Amino acid sequence: MSSVQEASTETTEVKEQKEFEGDADEQFGESFGADPTRYTFYRDRKEWADLEPVPQDDGPNPVVKIAYSDKFADVYDYFRALLKKDEKSERALALTADAIELNAANYTVWHYRRVLLQALSKDLREEMKYITNIIEEQPKNYQVWHHRRMVVEWLNDPSEELEFIADILSQDAKNYHAWQHRQWVIQEYKLWDKELEFVETLLEEDVRNNSAWNQRHFVISHTTGFSDPAVVQREIQYCLNQIRKAPHNESAWNYLKGMLQDRGLSSQPGLLEKVLELKETHCSPYLLAFLFDCYEDALEFSSQKENTEQEQKETLKKALEICELLAQEKDTIRKEYWQFLGRSVKNKYGGDGPSVAEEAKPSVPASETS
Amino acid sequence: MGVSISNDHVIGTSAQLKDVIIKPDAPSSLLLDKHADYIAAYGSKKDDYTTTNSGKMDTINVDKAVEFVLSCMNFDGGFGCRPGSESHAGQIYCCTGFLSLTGQLHQLNADLLGWWLCERQLPSGGLNGRPEKLPDVCYSWWVLASLKIIGRIHWIDKAKLRRFILACQDEETGGFADRPGDMVDPFHTLFGVAGLSLLGDEQIKAVNPVLCMPEDVLQRIGLQPDLLS
Repeated sequence: MSSVQEASTETTEVKEQKEFEGDADEQFGESFGADPTRYTFYRDRKEWADLEPVPQDDGPNPVVKIAYSDKFADVYDYFRALLKKDEKSERALALTADAIELNAANYTVWHYRRVLLQALSKDLREEMKYITNIIEEQPKNYQVWHHRRMVVEWLNDPSEELEFIADILSQDAKNYHAWQHRQWVIQEYKLWDKELEFVETLLEEDVRNNSAWNQRHFVISHTTGFSDPAVVQREIQYCLNQIRKAPHNESAWNYLKGMLQDRGLSSQPGLLEKVLELKETHCSPYLLAFLFDCYEDALEFSSQKENTEQEQKETLKKALEICELLAQEKDTIRKEYWQFLGRSVKNKYGGDGPSVAEEAKPSVPASETS
Repeated sequence: MGVSISNDHVIGTSAQLKDVIIKPDAPSSLLLDKHADYIAAYGSKKDDYTTTNSGKMDTINVDKAVEFVLSCMNFDGGFGCRPGSESHAGQIYCCTGFLSLTGQLHQLNADLLGWWLCERQLPSGGLNGRPEKLPDVCYSWWVLASLKIIGRIHWIDKAKLRRFILACQDEETGGFADRPGDMVDPFHTLFGVAGLSLLGDEQIKAVNPVLCMPEDVLQRIGLQPDLLS
């Protein structure tokens, strides 16, 4: 809401009248008659008189009938009429814009609009401007993003996309639709080049942006991949640097674990030591969970490392201590999970290790009762 | 600068974690009558309607659909909208529900997914939909139902979640909002009530986690989707 005062009373008066009538569509001049601020229903427009409006059929026993406004019902009655007639005209295209303004989620309208755009050979660059406006107003609408993708495909021109999406992300850095569209554009048109740089810019602004971390994984897995040890080392370094800046960062730890888990957490030379170092100054439940994962991985692959039985016992002991610490003190809200993990490793790798302090009885797996 | 929102005041910088604070005077008991009035105001009369189970599973290529869904599994164990898309609790709910209906729950890594899901719980007790986002009562459904489907609902702190959901009620109008203090709407009311049902509230009928419908209705038509135990 603007805190700026209206400059003239005339402007205020017009604005109030518009709000009373509902939106006045300045682009549709012929619908105004004498008073340019008054909205005319389609049923009252003489140039639409040839068309018989089709009311919505909710069936014989509608359960929760929506109370549409007069304006809404009128526009959609005429939309249904156009569909029934399969009319492909400029006036139909204009009406779809009205219908979209009233309900941008109606995918039937969007589909019909696409049919019209092609049938009338409309200027798709103009359509892109229209789409941009709608997305700026309603950035979380599914249909308009899909429509944009279709038009970009028809134009076979993604040249505006990365900048446009960056603009939307500057308003909401986690907009799921924006990220999805971005991934599509990049993958379809092979625009990988500057994306890692873009991700890093976003992470500079908010190191906890999970979408950006996801995008990092996306870019690397589709370009260099994670098999190259140099890449893995670089990424480990990057993660640890970000963690030093903001230790309580779920995304960074998830990324680190996700990247390494198939390769073996304990196979990374020096990583365990670095994490143990961080534990002293930058501890978090995520760090502890990661440590646990390292120990579990070490236990799993002990045969390859020729660990002694003593080393195995030590590792198991440390793993169980972490579960205890998390369950009892550091992450009590997820106590059930940490106790489950403790039991799992104990059952799998030890018999003689210390037990994790538990509730009176072990958790009952979820059944029909809760 | 990242900004965290707590109820109606802004706290901190990007150094702060996103969560809400539940005020001491937030609703702490289930306001059933209020909600009944709120919901009833949306309809004119209660009409009976027949449920039909159209059993059209054979019209789609289930194997290909399962393959696609599994290809949406991410490095963190969650599912996104498309391969590569960020893991999101709403998507996960769709995927677990789908895998239940197609009898393919065994294809999941339930421990890994269960971990990702239980990490959605914040100190306020509420659940978010992805890391570093605010809690929202509708995730009390998407996340909770997913956990129930994969047999790990006990991995979240139920008492804390219940407290959060109850705090999302509006004592004057009835109904539930996305988080304490916000405006109510039918969408969040449904998921608040359904979430409480999954948590075992005895004043609410048992709800099926896959179809978000009362269990007794499904029993009547003989529909019992798979759940992991």
